[in-house]
Amino acid sequence: MAFRDGPFDQLKVPLAWTAAVAVAVALIASVLLILADRRMDGEGHEYGPVRAGFDAVAAPVNGVLAAPVRWTSAATDYIRGYFFAVSENRRLRQQVAELQPWRDQAIALKNVNARYETLLGLRTEPPVAMATARSVSESRGPFVHARLLDAGSGKGIRIGNPVINEHGLVGRVVGVTGGVSRMLLVTDVASRVPVLVDRTDARALLTGDGSGNPRLEFIRGVGSVQAGDRVLTSGDGGGMPRGVPIGVVARGIDGSWRVKLFSDRGAIDFVRVMLFEDFGQLANMEDLDAPPLAGLSTAPAPDAAVAAAIGDAAARRAGTAAQATATAREAAE
Amino acid sequence: MRRPVAVRVVGSFELLLRPALIAVALTIVLATPVKMFGLTLPEPVLPLVLAFAWPLIRPSMLAPGVLFALGLFLDIFWGGALGTWPLALITVYAIVLGSRNLLAGQETRVLFAWYAICCAIAFFLVYLIVSMEAGRAPSLIALLWQIVPTLVFFPAADWMVQRFDDGDVRFR
Repeated sequence: MAFRDGPFDQLKVPLAWTAAVAVAVALIASVLLILADRRMDGEGHEYGPVRAGFDAVAAPVNGVLAAPVRWTSAATDYIRGYFFAVSENRRLRQQVAELQPWRDQAIALKNVNARYETLLGLRTEPPVAMATARSVSESRGPFVHARLLDAGSGKGIRIGNPVINEHGLVGRVVGVTGGVSRMLLVTDVASRVPVLVDRTDARALLTGDGSGNPRLEFIRGVGSVQAGDRVLTSGDGGGMPRGVPIGVVARGIDGSWRVKLFSDRGAIDFVRVMLFEDFGQLANMEDLDAPPLAGLSTAPAPDAAVAAAIGDAAARRAGTAAQATATAREAAE
Repeated sequence: MRRPVAVRVVGSFELLLRPALIAVALTIVLATPVKMFGLTLPEPVLPLVLAFAWPLIRPSMLAPGVLFALGLFLDIFWGGALGTWPLALITVYAIVLGSRNLLAGQETRVLFAWYAICCAIAFFLVYLIVSMEAGRAPSLIALLWQIVPTLVFFPAADWMVQRFDDGDVRFR
């Protein structure tokens, strides 16, 4: 019997009701998705296949859209350079003259530092390899500050790698596919970076809140921060190398300490991903992975001669001990 | 003798899929990293316009599904927690669906006020979820910079309501 021939042939459900049922199902599905989301799971070092696939498709599209912007910017820079060449030349000459003594000091300090390192036998961090990438897309809302980069695991990029531009720290990689990676900016509400204040060496935590200037929180010490202080990465926790410049301290309108980012000085177009592998890169990973005390093994089972010798030695030791006990008892009496 | 009345049936593609695709395309275009004179492109939540307009035009089983997909797109494209924007969009759809009889035939100012209230509820929901997940509340100033462009897109919702409301007499 067909449905239309049955008792429900005259059944008519208002459209609003069916829509309400669809709404209820979609609401439940949304809540379940939120509860099941593992995006910020600290243990997860894998990028979800759906997100990875989506990024792999979205990045080239945004790359095409970003190309005219880049060309326009390059043309503007060219024209500006042409018309302002003289004033730019004067400014650069002055800057070179100012930087000359700094260069001499840096060479001298580098020399002294190398001697100290040799004398103390310090094992310094090795140079960090870099991978250059271009930012092709950005989300800049209050809830997410992230960018897609057109370089991925094919260039050795891994989740957690810090990202810098020519001015300072920009963010860190939170997702990688073959040719695309997603970078979480330091201004994102989920970003936390351990930092130090250069002047006082005080430690703090740089926490983003979706605005352009992240906050400085958990500052160690009283009066250890003042406006204008330079902030660097501290390297605590091993997630980032020490000493990457971030910005300068300023008071926010809400009275909290905030950081004006160096990376905001120019457009974040080309960036460099630091292929930094925390403290693990200082050691030979194979040695670390070896089982503990691998060089030591259990002694082999004794043969008959060795067993007899051990038994003899044990008997003699027992006899000596009994004799000593008897002597001691006699002396006591 | 009565003359036959021509009924123009507005299909799902015209009402749902085409606006959804336009919203996706505009979202992708607005994500282009442009910075001129220190200013960047705005980042409005365009599917909110559709979540407001669709239930006013015609209740549908398909629309919540399309909104759910649009929300997932926003979460994945922007890199947020999955389910956040679907929840906000479906909530707006549910509110407008529930108040459909009140809003039918109201003038544009009333619709805008209702749209602003719906946007406020949607952003509050997302704000709450993100705050709980990140352990810190996002900046309210930054939030305002997303709410204002979203409100600016209200004429698109109004145009859709005017354009499609009388398109299909069966749903009056």
